[in-house]
Amino acid sequence: MKILAIDSSGLVASVAVVEDDRLLGEYTIDYKKTHSQTLLPMIDALSSMIELDLNTLDAIAVAAGPGSFTGLRIGSATAKGLGLALNIPLVGVPTVDALAYNLYGVTERICPLMDARRNQTYTGLYRFSSDHSFEVIHPACALPLEEIIEVIDGSGEPVIFLGDGVPVFKEQIEKSCKAPYSFAPAGFNRQRAAAVADLAQIYIKEGKAQDAGDFRPNYLRLSQAERERLEAGGKLDEPTV
Amino acid sequence: MTKILAIESSCDETAAAVVIDGREVKSNVISTQIPVHTLYGGVVPEIASRKHIERINRVIEEALIQADMTLDDMDVIAVTYGPGLVGPLLVGVAEAKAIAYAKKKPLVGVHHIEGHICANYIEYPDLAPPFLCLVVSGGHTHLVRVVDYGKYEILGRTVDDAAGEAFDKVARSIGLGYPGGPKVEEAAKTGDPYAIDLPRAKVGDSEYDFSFSGLKSAVLNYINREQMAGRQVNPNDLAASFQRAVVDVLVDHGMRSVEEYKADRFAIAGGVASNGSIRSAIAAACKARGVEFFCPAPILCTDNAAMIGAAAYYEYMAGRRDGWDLNAVPNLKLGER
Repeated sequence: MKILAIDSSGLVASVAVVEDDRLLGEYTIDYKKTHSQTLLPMIDALSSMIELDLNTLDAIAVAAGPGSFTGLRIGSATAKGLGLALNIPLVGVPTVDALAYNLYGVTERICPLMDARRNQTYTGLYRFSSDHSFEVIHPACALPLEEIIEVIDGSGEPVIFLGDGVPVFKEQIEKSCKAPYSFAPAGFNRQRAAAVADLAQIYIKEGKAQDAGDFRPNYLRLSQAERERLEAGGKLDEPTV
Repeated sequence: MTKILAIESSCDETAAAVVIDGREVKSNVISTQIPVHTLYGGVVPEIASRKHIERINRVIEEALIQADMTLDDMDVIAVTYGPGLVGPLLVGVAEAKAIAYAKKKPLVGVHHIEGHICANYIEYPDLAPPFLCLVVSGGHTHLVRVVDYGKYEILGRTVDDAAGEAFDKVARSIGLGYPGGPKVEEAAKTGDPYAIDLPRAKVGDSEYDFSFSGLKSAVLNYINREQMAGRQVNPNDLAASFQRAVVDVLVDHGMRSVEEYKADRFAIAGGVASNGSIRSAIAAACKARGVEFFCPAPILCTDNAAMIGAAAYYEYMAGRRDGWDLNAVPNLKLGER
């Protein structure tokens, strides 16, 4: 099974082509956040390097959120356009799950952190069990850092932090985290589309691929206007015209 | 024969169309988001962006089905890349690029206002430049000299609110709700357009520029004054008087440009151009001067992708091709590349 995977959920833009257990190519940049201008040229460059015939792809995988709303939509619209044009299914992979999957096989727990602004982080807690299956201890969520640290300190087992939220929260982690912790190094600590493709293969076997037309990102958050409307006691249902 | 799939998502309509040779519309699918934005009294960019990403594939698929064609039949993929709301624009741009890339089709980025002007080419298959065009919509008010296909000279533009924006704001202040254009027009039908004297703004140095914020403030001041005096405001009279003030300015600017440039053809375009009172006033003014008047059907005035396909055809014929790095440009100026 051949998959083209895309992750533009954060500061990093990453694309990869994976065929079963072989990474044919991966292109990842963490430079300027101009995904709209870089993402498709990256796919084009990678495809021509590996002489990829797009018609041999079986699915498109995309980091489905959480993350930057705009970044998620650039990745999603690119994935949906490819899925529509190539008539192949789309697999959405939770961004933080894919981040955690970068650290395949470690015995520590894995805590991805993305800067979610508004004093929150997009995070989750994961581990690889003794049979190397990927286990979700705490699913992707938007939380204040203290709350995920509380979850981590609850069992006290060692944890590895990674993600573009680490530079933002490092000081706070060093002050408050009681469990033994470390930070993943550069080669593993940001979004990588190959990890999105790996998880996508598992999801496809679980029957989680969908028609590209039905796919939408999972922001984990309402828009500000919707939030304010709910806080004011309003409803979000669309009026019928 | 050049078959173009065009995509438009610059504001609150997700739209796709198949257009042949810039003139023949095979399909024109528009998924409007007006119901959801009505809850907020105006377009919320983040919600609009979310709706676009949810609907875009279905809208494109529907446009192809209605045209009874497939992506393989298309010669060009076209998309609005500005001006507009950046989040909504990015969805269409990324989608169009991916489709063009996967299908190995040329990509043509289109200016939204240029699209509005080109809606006239669809409505009038024999219309060709040069002509004058007044573009009035929720986000734009431009008086343009269409010198040739793809060649525009801007004579005037709004220095503050767009005409459609003024309609929305006035509708809100009178309590008519959203969207303002149709609500004001409806209320004005039973109102007296001469009941309330409102100002016609003149703009300093440029004789063709527009300003609608003064008119909007005058409406608000009038409402306040009447309420302070304990008098009831007649919303229909106020809507009719406001609409007349807008119409007067549009007719005045338009006809002065007709005289200066000795134009024999005058067109209107944009969402506000579907306002019946604006259409008939400009039509009458043109007739009185022996000038031929053009206005697209309302379905081509509102944001749609058929007009983008029409504009894309002439850009394509002129040799325009965009790269995979095409970006959304929210404040793109007419005539800019």
